[in-house]
Amino acid sequence: MVKKVFARIYIALILVILYAPIVFIAVFSFTEAKSLGNWTGFSLSLYKSLFTGGMQNSSALISAVNNTLLIALIASLIATILGTVAAIGIFNLKGRKKQAIQLLNNIPMINPDIITGVSLFLLFVFLHISQGYLTVILAHVTFCTPYVVLSVLPKLTQMNPNIYEAALDLGATPGQAFRKVLVPVLSPGMISGFILSFTMSLDDFAVTFFTRGTIGLDTLSTFIYADARKGGLTPELKPLMTIIFIIILVVLLALNLKKSKHSDEK
Amino acid sequence: MGKRSSWALPYAIFLVLFVAVPLLLIVLYSFQDASGHFTFANMAKFFTDRDALSTFALSIEVAIENTALCILIGYPVAYILADKSLNRSAVTVVLFILPMWVNALMRTLATAELFTMAGIPLGKGTLLFGMCYDYLPFMIYPIYTTLAKMDRSYADAAADLGASPFTVFRKVTLPLSMPGIASGVLMVFMPTVSTFAISEFLTNNKIKLFGTIIQENINNSMWNYGAALSLIMLIIIGLTSFLGKKEDVEAAGGAV
Repeated sequence: MVKKVFARIYIALILVILYAPIVFIAVFSFTEAKSLGNWTGFSLSLYKSLFTGGMQNSSALISAVNNTLLIALIASLIATILGTVAAIGIFNLKGRKKQAIQLLNNIPMINPDIITGVSLFLLFVFLHISQGYLTVILAHVTFCTPYVVLSVLPKLTQMNPNIYEAALDLGATPGQAFRKVLVPVLSPGMISGFILSFTMSLDDFAVTFFTRGTIGLDTLSTFIYADARKGGLTPELKPLMTIIFIIILVVLLALNLKKSKHSDEK
Repeated sequence: MGKRSSWALPYAIFLVLFVAVPLLLIVLYSFQDASGHFTFANMAKFFTDRDALSTFALSIEVAIENTALCILIGYPVAYILADKSLNRSAVTVVLFILPMWVNALMRTLATAELFTMAGIPLGKGTLLFGMCYDYLPFMIYPIYTTLAKMDRSYADAAADLGASPFTVFRKVTLPLSMPGIASGVLMVFMPTVSTFAISEFLTNNKIKLFGTIIQENINNSMWNYGAALSLIMLIIIGLTSFLGKKEDVEAAGGAV
C-alpha cells in the first residue's frame, strides 16, 4: 500500500515537471503581453490575431504551418508506400542481402538528426541539386521509411503464408490476392508506420534545417528557431501551440480510451 | 510469394543513394580541402583546436550526465508503469509520450523562460535539466516495453526461493531489462552530443555543444571541416552502438 502511494506521488511529480512548460505556454497565451512570462490581464487578443492574421509576420507563420503539414503528409505517404513494398521484399529475401538491407535500414534510426541532415546536405551539394521542398521531402522520407519497414515486417511474420497461396489457388490474380489478402493483413502496421512517420516529420528540426536550402522555406521548427535567435518570439505562437496541444491531447486520449475499452471487452 | 523478394529493390536503391552514399560523402569531404584535393588538414585542425576539443569533451560529459540522469529518473517511471499492481491504465503511458508531440524547440524556450522567471541563471545546470526533460521519454519508453514484456514469473520464482526484494531487482529484473536500457542509452546519448538549438536556448548561447560547431561550420560554408567533425561523431556512434549491441547480447545471454 505504501509502495503504491509512493509510486503514485512519483509519477505525478514527473508528470507535473514534464507538463510545466506546456501549461506555461497555454496560460500565457491568454494574455496580451508579447513575451512569455509577462501577464497583463486576461485577453483573447492573441487568438484573434492568430486567426485574423493581424500580426506582423502572419503570412510567414501561416505558410510555415502549411509547409509543416504538407511536408509531413507527403513524406509519410511516400514512406508508407516505399516502406511497405520494401518490407514485403525484405521478408522474402534471405541471407546476406537481407542482412545488408536491414543494416542500412537501421542507420537513419541510429544516426542523430544532425548527421542525417549534414550527410544529405553534402549529397545534394555533391549532385548539384538545388535545395527546397523536394530535398526536404526526400530527406524526411529517408528518416521515416525505416520506421514503416519495422512496423510492417512483424505483420508479415505473423501472417499465415498459406492464405495468400490459397487465394492464388482459388483463381485470384496476384494483384487481387495482394489487394484482398496482403493489404488487410498489413494495414495495421502500415497505419502505425504512417502515424510514426507523420509525427517524426512534424517534429523534425535539424534535418529540415540542413536540407531546405536558401529559398526561404520555413517549417514551424525552423520558423521558431529563426524567431528565437532574432530575439522576440512571435507572440501568436503561444495560442497556436496551445491549440495544437489540445487537438493532440483529445485525439490521443480518445484513441486510447477506445482501445482500452476494446481490450476490456475481450 | 516466391518472387516478391525483388520488391526490396526500389528501397535498396533508395537506401544506397540516400543513406550509404551521403555517409561516404562525409568521409570524402573530411579528407578534402575546399578545392577538392586530398588532405589531412581538417582532421589535424580538430585535434589542434583547443576550443573544438574542449567543446567536444564538454559535450561528451553533458551527454554522459544526461544519460545517467535519464536512467535514474526514467527507470522508476518505467518500472511503475509496467507493474500491473501499481498502474493499470494505458492512458498514463500515453501521458508520458504526449509532450513529445509539442514542438521541442517551443517547449525548450518555455523551459528556459520558466528558469528565468524563477531567478535561476541559465548555465550548465539548466542545460542538464532541460536536456533531461527533452530526452526522458526516449529513455522511459524502451525500458517500459522491455519490462512490460518481461515474464514476471522469474521474479516471483526468485522471491519464492528466498531472495529479498532488492536482490530480486538486482539479480533478475535489472538484468532482464538491460536491452531496454541499452536502446534508451542509444536514443539519448548521441542526440545529446549533437543537439544544437536546444543547448543554445537553454544557456542563452553561453555553452556550445558539439552539434553547434558542426552547424556553424556547415552554415558558414566550411563544409570540409564540418564534414570532418561529423565524421568524428559518426565514429563515436559506431562505438556506442557496438557497445550497446554487446550489452544486448550479454543481457540476452544472462536471461537464458
